[in-house]
Amino acid sequence: MTLLRHTPKDITERSALTINPAKTCQPIGAMYAALGVRGCLPHSHGSQGCCAYHRSTLTRHYKDPISAGTSSFTEGASVFGGQANLLQAIQNIFTIYEPDVIAVHTTCLSETIGDDLNQIADKAQQEGKVPEGKYVIHASTPSYVGSHVTGFSNMCTGIAKGFGRKDTPKTGKINILPGWVEPSDMEEIKRLTSMMDLKYILFPDTSGVVNAPLLGEYHMFPDAGAKIEDLKEIGGSKGTVALGETASGPTARYMDTEFKVPCTVLPLPIGLRATDRFIDTLRKVGGRNVPAVIDNERGLVVDFMSDMHQYFHGKKVALWGDPDQLVSLVEFLRDLDMLPVHIVTGTPGKTFEKRIAAIMEETKMPVPYKLKVGGDMFLMHQWIKNEPVDLLIGNTYGKYIARDENIPFVRHGFPILDRQGHQYFPTVGYKGALRLMEMILNVFLDKADRESPEAKLELVY
Amino acid sequence: MSTKTKKRKELTPDEVRQELIKKYPPKVARKRAKQIQVNTGEEASTPEILSNVRTIPGIITMRGCSYAGCKGVVLGPTRDIVNITHGPIGCGFYSWLTRRNQTQPPTEEHENFLPYCFSTDMNENDIVFGGMNKLRQAIREAYDLFKPRAIAVFSTCPVGLIGDDVHAVAREMKETLNKEDPNHFVNVFAFSCEGYKGVSQSAGHHIANNQIFTHVIGHNDEPKEGKYKINVLGEYNIGGDAFVIEDLFERCGLTLVSTFSGNSSIYDFERAHTADLNTIMCHRSINYVAEMMEKKFGIPWFKVNFIGAVETAKSLRKIAQYFGDKELIERVEKVIAEEMPAVEAALAEIKPRTAGKTAMLFVGGSRAHHYQDLFKEMGMKTLAAGYEFAHRDDYEGRRVIPSIQVDADSRNIEELDVHKDDARYKESYEARKKALEAEGCEFSDYKGMMPEMEKDTLSIDDLNQFEADKLIELYKPDIFCAGIKEKFSIQKCGVPMKQLHSYDSGGPYAGFKGAINFYKEIDRLVNSKVWSFVKAPWSTNPELQATYNWE
Repeated sequence: MTLLRHTPKDITERSALTINPAKTCQPIGAMYAALGVRGCLPHSHGSQGCCAYHRSTLTRHYKDPISAGTSSFTEGASVFGGQANLLQAIQNIFTIYEPDVIAVHTTCLSETIGDDLNQIADKAQQEGKVPEGKYVIHASTPSYVGSHVTGFSNMCTGIAKGFGRKDTPKTGKINILPGWVEPSDMEEIKRLTSMMDLKYILFPDTSGVVNAPLLGEYHMFPDAGAKIEDLKEIGGSKGTVALGETASGPTARYMDTEFKVPCTVLPLPIGLRATDRFIDTLRKVGGRNVPAVIDNERGLVVDFMSDMHQYFHGKKVALWGDPDQLVSLVEFLRDLDMLPVHIVTGTPGKTFEKRIAAIMEETKMPVPYKLKVGGDMFLMHQWIKNEPVDLLIGNTYGKYIARDENIPFVRHGFPILDRQGHQYFPTVGYKGALRLMEMILNVFLDKADRESPEAKLELVY
Repeated sequence: MSTKTKKRKELTPDEVRQELIKKYPPKVARKRAKQIQVNTGEEASTPEILSNVRTIPGIITMRGCSYAGCKGVVLGPTRDIVNITHGPIGCGFYSWLTRRNQTQPPTEEHENFLPYCFSTDMNENDIVFGGMNKLRQAIREAYDLFKPRAIAVFSTCPVGLIGDDVHAVAREMKETLNKEDPNHFVNVFAFSCEGYKGVSQSAGHHIANNQIFTHVIGHNDEPKEGKYKINVLGEYNIGGDAFVIEDLFERCGLTLVSTFSGNSSIYDFERAHTADLNTIMCHRSINYVAEMMEKKFGIPWFKVNFIGAVETAKSLRKIAQYFGDKELIERVEKVIAEEMPAVEAALAEIKPRTAGKTAMLFVGGSRAHHYQDLFKEMGMKTLAAGYEFAHRDDYEGRRVIPSIQVDADSRNIEELDVHKDDARYKESYEARKKALEAEGCEFSDYKGMMPEMEKDTLSIDDLNQFEADKLIELYKPDIFCAGIKEKFSIQKCGVPMKQLHSYDSGGPYAGFKGAINFYKEIDRLVNSKVWSFVKAPWSTNPELQATYNWE
């Protein structure tokens, strides 16, 4: 019995109904970003449900505790404004949970009411509700604008605003904004940067926070995440390398404008050439030679590509997710001579379409492709019904299409609720490129092993 | 803040209570003290517990919102309603397939929208200028694409604030669409279940009950064929529980008219009033429908519990007693007799490994109570339990309802004014109910969780993260049951955690077969080797002297 049997092949224009979205709302991104500050408790300024939903989704994705506070709006707060709730929340959180930082983000509810976080945070400060040496930072994240990636980006700017200062003495360090990637990816970005022998401040840094070890004790605030003393120095860095236009670009430009720290915005280092660009940028801005060990890691990627090219070449791919991931994935798929023919992001934005077009042109995409910004997975499925593909790449929700249409499926993006690995193994960097190729190859070859006629079953691939 | 599980000296329950609240600011401590009670082990002296009150801002609560209770819990499991979330994208996204409600359409031709998520995805423009046009158009597009029997609209927070009249849009679209195609009836109705309503999911349950009762129940008078017609209310088919219950009913010869709302269809809701009896599983989420159906149609209700083998047998026997038919009573006994040997064999196998272990349960509006029966069967003691969103009657029993003070948050949730439907009211049930009551069969009652808990155990309402961590530290139970948000902080302490909202990946746990599954699952959890690996071998033997022993 097919699962998505109400999805017709014929495509009709929809202007109001989103079906099977390829995005979610801003606050969850803000919550995730805030978890990347050491000793920080994210706080959702809205009704309880938002916080419960975001915590649940992040927990299901990471299989790790995600703590966050809520202003627990009731009807009264919704009429009279949420200031009293937030002031009380700040006091309670510092007394009971003792974080170093509370990172407040808004919701559609508090935004529609018009609560002003700047003013409420000031009032909390004036009323002595913020203990000495503790911080309240904040970001406006209305759920009806942008997507979860916008919320992540807004909280990154909130962190920069909260801790960064103009005229900070120069440190010679580099700010690195990793973008919305997995903790394992952040770890990998740090490893590569250290191998380049550079001093850096990476934020947010969720590695070790949302993929914490089981050691017999629970720490709401593990010894991980971007350190406050480092964040206070971001205004003194010699430059910022921002990864991912949508998630990191705005924060990098904010720091450029406010702290006069110049920035380079790069695509996420997913795939061979995107990683090359990252390493090359580090080389130039840091004035360091690339060590042989990185050349070797890169060489393994090229080796894998050449060894297995026959299985990648000419395969059609449908992929959906966040713009930053898609831009780099599409380039990598093209470099493998694969054909990304259907591309959907739910996240609105003006530059995405152009960037994909540029990649397609540069890599001489031999067949037409479809792309929709602000699209959904219902449309993607309809496209697939009209033009079948060999591979799906996207979040967990793709499994229903994969099963109905019998298409190999690689899970990538957010959320991944039904597989493990994203917490532990990166898809950025050269190691990540190897892993991506391995995942793609495995789903192809598993299908071949399952479905080849007996006489044709291959032992050696 | 960190949690370690070093056992301290034995504390009395009152001392534990003090430990839980001593770090709180005074105002918080005063309120929480009333939500933490020590059980007396008897009904008469059950203490009053403060519940169904606001969570204090900043407290890391387990609770969700009204929308989650309405769309997520009550209406979510029904397969053939196109549920449109009216709001920004998040709420619809997060409630998309995440509760593990299973459904089995009878054939490929039957509708199943469960794998779909529908939303108006409101943007800034809609918030500023109103979202009613977009909602109208979304209903139109859903109708054109799917021609469903019903389209339901669920309001999220901003909808109430900007004043979109979702009910007017639903009414209007229902009229328009049915006029366009009079041969295909489509029902369109809306829920004002904005997340800020009430204090928890509970408000959403009530809102869901009201609208289903108003717009759906009673729509079709054609009775389902079969004898002994009953409804099961408050069973959501998580992990396949409803399938087990359906199988039991079929073997007993009972006719299940409708389940609210596990493995359910709107066509069954429409004729739910043709049943002879309403049985309630989850009292909190659905007692309103039972009460209203009794008032309007005269259908009696009583509480059942299909969690635990003993309680399942008891519930089946009570249903048979209600109908009073010898044939049915015998069939029920036969089914119980068929099921029990496997239950007893499973218990004999696992009990030596589970007996004497301890559990804590903080979940929902009924499961914290029901699952204590399963733990009891395994010889495990429940040290502390509580609900996320229950009211005093769920804790102390329905006898306290007259003394419950209705506060402003609850007053905002509409109480429907329900009248007797003279044409369809079944007077005969009243006489039967009276006769059975004289025999000691209880109707319209729920005794609550607290009277059934042992003396000196704790009942804690709306448990929060801080208190959960403290309980782990003070008691180190052998297993802790709650939801996904709580799961991994508990397990980081080396204490196994079982989700009782979604059952992790497990289930079914209802009925006799479910009981066996649960015994095995708990045995697996409390006896898993993994908890012995938490400390690295060198951590207990830090000396650095080496003796090379290559052999």
